[in-house]
Amino acid sequence: MYQIIEHQKIGQNIHKLVIKAPLIAREAKPGQFVILRSYENGERIPITICDKDKERGSITLYIQEVGKSTAKIGSLKENDYIVDVVGPLGKAANIEKVGTVVTIGGGVGCAITYPETKAYKEAGNYVISIMGFRNVSYKILEDEMKKISDELYITTDDGSYGEKGFVSDKLKELINRGKKIDEVLVIGPAIMMKVVSDITKEYGIKTIASLNSIMVDGTGMCGACRVEVGGKTKFACVDGPEFDAHQVDFSLLMKRLSMYKDEEKLSYEKFINER
Amino acid sequence: MAKNKERIDMPRQEIEKRIRNFEEVALGYTEQMALLEAERCLNCKDPLCVKGCPVNVKIPEFIKLINEKKYLEALKKIKETNSLPAVCGRVCPQEEQCEAACVLSKAKKPIAIGRLERYVADWVSLMGIEEEIPKIDKNNIKVAVIGSGPGGLTCAADLALMGYDVTIFEALHKAGGVLVYGIPEFRLPKRIVEREVEYLKKLGVEIKTNVVVGKSITLKDLFDEGYKAVYLGLGAGLPKFMNLKGENLLNIYSANEYLTRTNLMKAYRFPEYDTPIKKGKRVAVIGGGNVAMDAVRSALRYGASEAMIIYRRSKQELPAREEEVENAEAEGVKFNFLVNPLEFIGDENGFVKRIKLQKMELGEPDESGRRRPVPVEGSEFYLDVDVVVIAIGQTANPVLLDVTPEVKRNKWGYIEVYDQYGRTSMKGVFAGGDIVTGEATVIQAMGSGKKSALGIDEYVKTGKWV
Repeated sequence: MYQIIEHQKIGQNIHKLVIKAPLIAREAKPGQFVILRSYENGERIPITICDKDKERGSITLYIQEVGKSTAKIGSLKENDYIVDVVGPLGKAANIEKVGTVVTIGGGVGCAITYPETKAYKEAGNYVISIMGFRNVSYKILEDEMKKISDELYITTDDGSYGEKGFVSDKLKELINRGKKIDEVLVIGPAIMMKVVSDITKEYGIKTIASLNSIMVDGTGMCGACRVEVGGKTKFACVDGPEFDAHQVDFSLLMKRLSMYKDEEKLSYEKFINER
Repeated sequence: MAKNKERIDMPRQEIEKRIRNFEEVALGYTEQMALLEAERCLNCKDPLCVKGCPVNVKIPEFIKLINEKKYLEALKKIKETNSLPAVCGRVCPQEEQCEAACVLSKAKKPIAIGRLERYVADWVSLMGIEEEIPKIDKNNIKVAVIGSGPGGLTCAADLALMGYDVTIFEALHKAGGVLVYGIPEFRLPKRIVEREVEYLKKLGVEIKTNVVVGKSITLKDLFDEGYKAVYLGLGAGLPKFMNLKGENLLNIYSANEYLTRTNLMKAYRFPEYDTPIKKGKRVAVIGGGNVAMDAVRSALRYGASEAMIIYRRSKQELPAREEEVENAEAEGVKFNFLVNPLEFIGDENGFVKRIKLQKMELGEPDESGRRRPVPVEGSEFYLDVDVVVIAIGQTANPVLLDVTPEVKRNKWGYIEVYDQYGRTSMKGVFAGGDIVTGEATVIQAMGSGKKSALGIDEYVKTGKWV
């Protein structure tokens, strides 16, 4: 059992959770994730680790309610317990000094760009962060990102905060301004990662994406998370979650993410009706 | 009264009924059946059955106790060498082991040892009898067991009985390994596994779930924390795929995923349980082992109108237990022999809808001694499906071993061991089960867990490694 020691609701449906998990806090590195199961009949879902505090023995997660499992977690209160949290899983991000890095986060994807941006900064890079949100009520981690970025840009789809538009528009603008970019990190909805990847491919900028596949065990045992990278099958849980974005078959990723659309809808509706 | 000479059949759930539920198929002997079966035992002076058992259960002795209706004593007798009787009584391939060695097997009527073992274990739990915990002289020496499958559980139980402080580390949220995620409820009810795990806890074994050794903690950390020896019972744990075009289409599962969703996550009770699964009307399972049988029989229970096995050799070469094949046939599973998939074809949304197959014929025997399947030119055909399960085996999962180069692996990725106790190339580390041998059976893993417990005891006491 893993205690929730802080729970903060942000905007409409995003939850910042600080969970007591000393082993994970000790080992977690930027780019890794946990799998959690909120209650006895729950499913196992992967959530990336945003931050950790070794002294407190805690990890910080951002969870957006999109279905039953995430809504259930959102309904837990401070001092409540999550039955299972396992990790840190996946390979840690490979972060080196390369020059100028643009990190792009979409929605709760910013929860992973945050520790990686920090690591890029600490490695001595010039770091430009772009954060994109649907609207202002989805905005997370702005102050934290400001502290570790040399430049920070925020976009919202509806212009309710920052600049109106998409992260990809901002990236294009930076490229057009003649900014020399050595590496791009993009984490967010699959479609956003695809759009960004298509742009950087055109300009030959190395780009890393973190893939949010459906997983069950998260340790390479089941293959639910298989993705195609450079024409080869990889398991996002153990071979990733980060890959060279230009090699990723995003359209397959998007299809596989939609596999249980109907079941997810049924489950969520049942949950809402019973609540 | 004349002694019974006929092997007593196992009562099973009726076919019509059982293919609509996930409950156990084999119902177990009644007391009368157990007594009739037990009286057939010749109580041989030099019992071959005991030698046929990988953990050398004292078979004639426990059967004699059944004759005397001393069921609790019979269970204790079994537990002297086997800590998981309720499991073994159900899933061991007795026909290849103890029962194959039984002198009555010549007349094709060996004693139903597995059924009697099961009877004894179930009787004790049915009667609600609290098993006495043997008195253990604690030695306060810490030993770690990685993985809570049959090998890990056995190793842990034996070490606990020797007095060690044993901690099992399990990556999943529930203990039991393949017994909970792999073998379906209809062959091995999960309450049975839970009961065996509870017994281990009573022996003082601590079980830490949600710990992925190699990720959450390393072997070095364990030694630093005072563990004197480690047993690696990791299991195989990396599903094989076929590298065919279209293999990543939606609704194509590895057997591991299909069975884990079903057994560990209880997808058959969705939406009461949150984990979904694609049920499918026309389900093709590729492979011919026990895992394939488990998957295809699960598909039937999910309501498939056609649950099919696709196997590239013929019926004779099926690696699955005969009993499992018979059960599958009786339940209406369709077997397609001598066919091999070439490609999976999807619909516009990426869901699999057809398999392109090729007919095969048997050629010369290969290195496994089985005749090698050879493609028949120009024999390609298509089969409509909506769910596919790939059950062609597993290889070694590298998560722990990749960060532990001290533990040497062979060219297939399995751990190299250097003696019968499972000593690895890293001091204090023993290994056994599928991660050493490649895929094997529950009882074989238990046998190696037992041997490693002896090896660990000797190593810890003497400090001698090589």
